[in-house]
Amino acid sequence: MEFFKYTKTFNFMGKSKLAIYLSITVVILSYLLLLTKGLNYGVDFAGGTIVQVKYDKVAPIDEMREKLKSNELFKDSSITEFGSVNEVVIRMKTTTSDVKIDIGDVTREALKGTGNFEIRRVDIVGPKVGSELKEKGIMSLLLAIVGILVYVAFRFEWRFAVASIVALVHDVSIALGAISLVGLDVNLDVLAALLTILGYSLNDTIIVFDRIREGVVKAKNLDLTDIINESVTRTLARTTLTSLTTFFVVFTLFMFGGEIIHPFAFTLLVGVIVGTYSSIFVASPILLKFGFDVKGYHEKLAQKAKREAEKNRMRQQFESGTI
Amino acid sequence: MKLNYRIVIFGLSIIFGIAFSMPSLLQTDGGKKVNLGLDLQGGLHMLLGVKTDEAIKSRIKSIAASIKHFSEREDILIDALNFDESSVKFTLLDIDDMKKMKDFLSKIDGAKIVSNQEEISVELTPKEIEKTKQEAVSQAIETIRNRLDQFGLSEPVVARQGKDKILVQLAGIKTLQEEQRARELISRAAKLELMAIDEDRVGRVNVMSPADAASYGDVILPDVKNPNIKHLVHEIPILDGGMLTDAYVGFDQNNRPQINFKLNSEGAEIFGDFTGKNVGKHLAVVLDGKVYSAPVINERIGGGSGQISGDYTIMEAKDLAIALRSGALLAPIYLMEKRSVGPSLGADSIKASMVALIGGFVLVIVFMMIYYRLAGVIANIALIANLFIILAVMSLFGATLTLPGMAGIVLTVGMAVDANVIISERIRELIYQGVSIHKAIEEGYSNAMRAILDANITTLIASVVLYAYGTGAIKGFAITMSIGILASMLTAILGTHGIYQMLEKKIQKSKDNRLWFGIKG
Repeated sequence: MEFFKYTKTFNFMGKSKLAIYLSITVVILSYLLLLTKGLNYGVDFAGGTIVQVKYDKVAPIDEMREKLKSNELFKDSSITEFGSVNEVVIRMKTTTSDVKIDIGDVTREALKGTGNFEIRRVDIVGPKVGSELKEKGIMSLLLAIVGILVYVAFRFEWRFAVASIVALVHDVSIALGAISLVGLDVNLDVLAALLTILGYSLNDTIIVFDRIREGVVKAKNLDLTDIINESVTRTLARTTLTSLTTFFVVFTLFMFGGEIIHPFAFTLLVGVIVGTYSSIFVASPILLKFGFDVKGYHEKLAQKAKREAEKNRMRQQFESGTI
Repeated sequence: MKLNYRIVIFGLSIIFGIAFSMPSLLQTDGGKKVNLGLDLQGGLHMLLGVKTDEAIKSRIKSIAASIKHFSEREDILIDALNFDESSVKFTLLDIDDMKKMKDFLSKIDGAKIVSNQEEISVELTPKEIEKTKQEAVSQAIETIRNRLDQFGLSEPVVARQGKDKILVQLAGIKTLQEEQRARELISRAAKLELMAIDEDRVGRVNVMSPADAASYGDVILPDVKNPNIKHLVHEIPILDGGMLTDAYVGFDQNNRPQINFKLNSEGAEIFGDFTGKNVGKHLAVVLDGKVYSAPVINERIGGGSGQISGDYTIMEAKDLAIALRSGALLAPIYLMEKRSVGPSLGADSIKASMVALIGGFVLVIVFMMIYYRLAGVIANIALIANLFIILAVMSLFGATLTLPGMAGIVLTVGMAVDANVIISERIRELIYQGVSIHKAIEEGYSNAMRAILDANITTLIASVVLYAYGTGAIKGFAITMSIGILASMLTAILGTHGIYQMLEKKIQKSKDNRLWFGIKG
């Protein structure tokens, strides 16, 4: 089976203007969302308490609210459904630092008489740990970007590196916008998903760039637009296929992975889609905009080859004792 | 068909993968297995902080107690012995005793003695303060570990994190009672103090404020059975649990459980001296700031043993004895982070992630087979080998599989086929150009290699950063991703290349590109 034939080259760069406008609009919308609605930091970063309760029937949320009201510890708590109608989470901004007072026990006591239930999970993150995790999280995102930038600049050329970083920022911004839009709790797992998107999106971009580099080296026609179109077309089957397989697994994770893995899978799902799009329609046009000088590159390569040849010649002479 | 070095390495790695993943897959008794994370098997994760300032305070307090005992024994008259957060102050009534007192004080480790004529102040040097704080953390770790070891859970993790934090991980806690007991054991200060009741003022305890009591050098402590009953005791204890050598469960004359304890020789001497001098007065047995009993001293008690009676069940008495035996926490601990997952939720998570793993896996495999035909089958062999190798490597290192780790494996399935997709596309391209099968395979691999390496290394960079900065479960994700990427280099690149080389002649002979690569022609 084949999705694409190699006989025809698609004119992707011809459509790049449209794509750039679309990207800019979506990124701006994402930032607007982040500015107005903001991110919903979960307990990992904001600190707080989560108690997950599962009933053997539909969880009586109103009754639970009534019961919890009387206890000072549950002030400002919110109860929301979690995955199924039987299961809920109680979220609190407060934390208890006393090892002996267990919020699970307190909840169990407070909810007495609301039916048969089981406390399945208690997460308490103190404010200090929360801010520490946040710091570490931001650091890790930055570090990953810098590390990747350095690598790509080293392996390719600075223009490639900058273009791929623009694509990365584009992807992460849109993913964050989507997270903000659906009001996902941002926890450590979402951060992990964001870092995975970094890796994945870059993966895609690099495969295309590698092809462009190859195209540049081999090209007889010096028009960068043609080279990019050709390269993107040639990698299109691969991009589509890998995106599809990754999409398959992320989608099954999203559908069947359970409620806890949901935010993680959602973030990845957005990332896979946006990452695929950006490697074709964002990274490559930006490279084009930078005006990569194919002729200059050829000359540089020729010079390099010459130097290399010269070196070899010298070495040979040296070894054969003529110098 | 001919063997080549690639296929041999691939074969060996498959054997390795299957052999070392078996213990985990079949849950055999022997062999190294993958540990399930707390989020998958249920358990308790706690990050505890240590209030190290309290350790300094209690150090100061015990210096005060020893000064008191020394001066009483040597008949040195002192006055206004009091202490605050950082120093002990007292006045020597007879300046002639100065030398004797200074000799004694100079023996206290890390103490800085400042004397202004007869007024003496003892404080700790900054170095000693830092040391005491560090010791308090180490001691807390040691103590908690000792207690948990005696509790009977398999492999509790108690480790220092950062400078003054303690990580406690208890896997396999099955019941609520177990969790409560473990928590109680960890948090129990188990600070035993024998204190003297202030006989002169005890009658007024109910009308006294804590500040009043403090002005007499006393402190008001509640009774353990009834918090409304108050006891007035001298703040400086006669001795504390540091001098305890043993504690065990015994029974009183009514056959109720009680805790018998034994003191070391120094403690026994102090205790003997005190009881000998204070016959007819009350002694308070204080545990964690609560008075357990306040018996009358009938005679001098030598030998250094005593009892703590209270209203406990045998189980409680047993845990209390464990806590006393493993020593008091020099500094109180507090909760910074806690994650507890019930076993049923863990089981649900395993189930859900397994469904996702198998579902995603089957989808990918079927898709690859339809799209690439036999080339897809070859890619699938690599994919399956990859899964085994991930599991084997994790088992071998005793790595922990967490829920995000499962997600990492699922994701690896999606990404590991990427290498084969790139390679297969390159081969197809070359076949279309009309080159020989041999050339198509060799060039396909060499053309694809650069891109695959670059792509994998960048993903690896992200994973390493995740590992370095991630905590707990997220680390598990980084581990499975990294192992998956590395294993895919072995299986998807080297392994499949070996298979193609082995089958090359066959492919050439059959000339059926549709069957082998899923393309016409």
